[in-house]
Amino acid sequence: MKPRTDSRKFKTISRRELLKLTPVLALGAFAIPQLQKPLLKGGLAFSDWASARLFRSGHLAPTFPDTDLTPFEKFPINDYDVDDPGVDFDKWTLTVAGSVQKPGDYTLAQIQALPKVTQSTRHVCVEGWDVIGNFGGVRLSDFLKTIGADPTARFVTVECADDYYESLDMATAMHPQSLLCYEMYGQPLTREHGAPLRLSIPTKIGYKQAKYLTDLSVSHVLGKVGYWEDQGYSEFYSL
Amino acid sequence: MATRATAIEDAKTGDITEAVYEHPFVVRLCHWLNAISLFVMVGSGLQIFRAFPSFGAKIPQKDLLNWPKAFALGGWLGGALQWHLTFMWIYIATGLVYIGYQIFSGNYKQVLFVRRDLPGVWPMLRHYFFFAPRPPVREAYNPLQKHAYTSAIALGVLSALTGLAVWKPVQFSWLAWMMGGFHWARVWHFLIMWAMLAFVFGHLVMVVLHGWNNFVSMFTGWKKDPEYPSE
Repeated sequence: MKPRTDSRKFKTISRRELLKLTPVLALGAFAIPQLQKPLLKGGLAFSDWASARLFRSGHLAPTFPDTDLTPFEKFPINDYDVDDPGVDFDKWTLTVAGSVQKPGDYTLAQIQALPKVTQSTRHVCVEGWDVIGNFGGVRLSDFLKTIGADPTARFVTVECADDYYESLDMATAMHPQSLLCYEMYGQPLTREHGAPLRLSIPTKIGYKQAKYLTDLSVSHVLGKVGYWEDQGYSEFYSL
Repeated sequence: MATRATAIEDAKTGDITEAVYEHPFVVRLCHWLNAISLFVMVGSGLQIFRAFPSFGAKIPQKDLLNWPKAFALGGWLGGALQWHLTFMWIYIATGLVYIGYQIFSGNYKQVLFVRRDLPGVWPMLRHYFFFAPRPPVREAYNPLQKHAYTSAIALGVLSALTGLAVWKPVQFSWLAWMMGGFHWARVWHFLIMWAMLAFVFGHLVMVVLHGWNNFVSMFTGWKKDPEYPSE
């Protein structure tokens, strides 16, 4: 025998069950203009926090044989402003400042005196395309040692000849595949690809790998994060 | 499986209507949270795709797959990524709660397509597409329905895994490798979205065809006049 319910009582039961679903309406907060921005900012910050937790210092990005390389002519040139900011190579130096023992201007020859590393890694753009490129340079970690960077500092920031700017967390800066890159495909960097010096960070998204570097600073606190980050893109975006 | 059932007696006429409690609270909650988060994930995903609407090389760019902004959410790539990277947590949390609940409550038997359901698929297909008589229904979901729901859940899991491979192709390089690398993970992520949209389309058509009592049951849990024996 099935239990019997009075139709009015059934209505009450049904209404109670319906009301239990009210928590779903909380998602409606995302439709309120004043709340939408802070909520999405919080969601992105949570994703960045999770990204930082997922990042493993000892885990290497996959490397590829020469046969997998994207032809150099097909390696896209992306910039926010100009392909060639007109760097004067003869006068170029990398200006180092911040929490370091040896601040000052470093020439390309001084940087190239450090052990050279060449690697073929995947470059992933936030737009969705990806290429496999060959990059040559020195380990950022070696350079940080050379300039006597404070090991307790948390960020490395860079500025560029086209007024682009970027920052890296120290764990990523110290990663063995993070390069101060001065060569692509065995040739000196072309102007469009960031000559004379750029970042090549295979554990980060493309916009973090700044070109045409002019300044490098080591710091404990971060003011501006990066050109795209300050417009609402992910701050940590590790791959 | 045992479902709570009741006979509703009309206060005035004394008429009897059968009703079964078909959808437990957690299932209903997850259904609607998932409906909203899936909508946001698809909309923002399409806007993200608009930034490079191709699966070829960037140079020369093949712009074959672009579509109207009207179907996209977020306004620009950065905005769409904010929506996508926020709602993915809601989407995944909902999926985990749902799957966990179904397993531990035993309610998964209602939706899980198993071998026993296989012989019932063809008669159901004949009924839907070739006007054959409706096979007798003995439980909440017919074999074809179970197949659709089980597939949808599998697609949900795959959408999360392919998404993880696209988001973190280095930290989860093994996952990306299983999918054929970052490039293919992006293709799979995209195709799985279309498979899910195909399910949603079929699902909505069936909701319309099955009428009000069936629709209401996803809000209240109770279904009046079930097509199957209520004991």
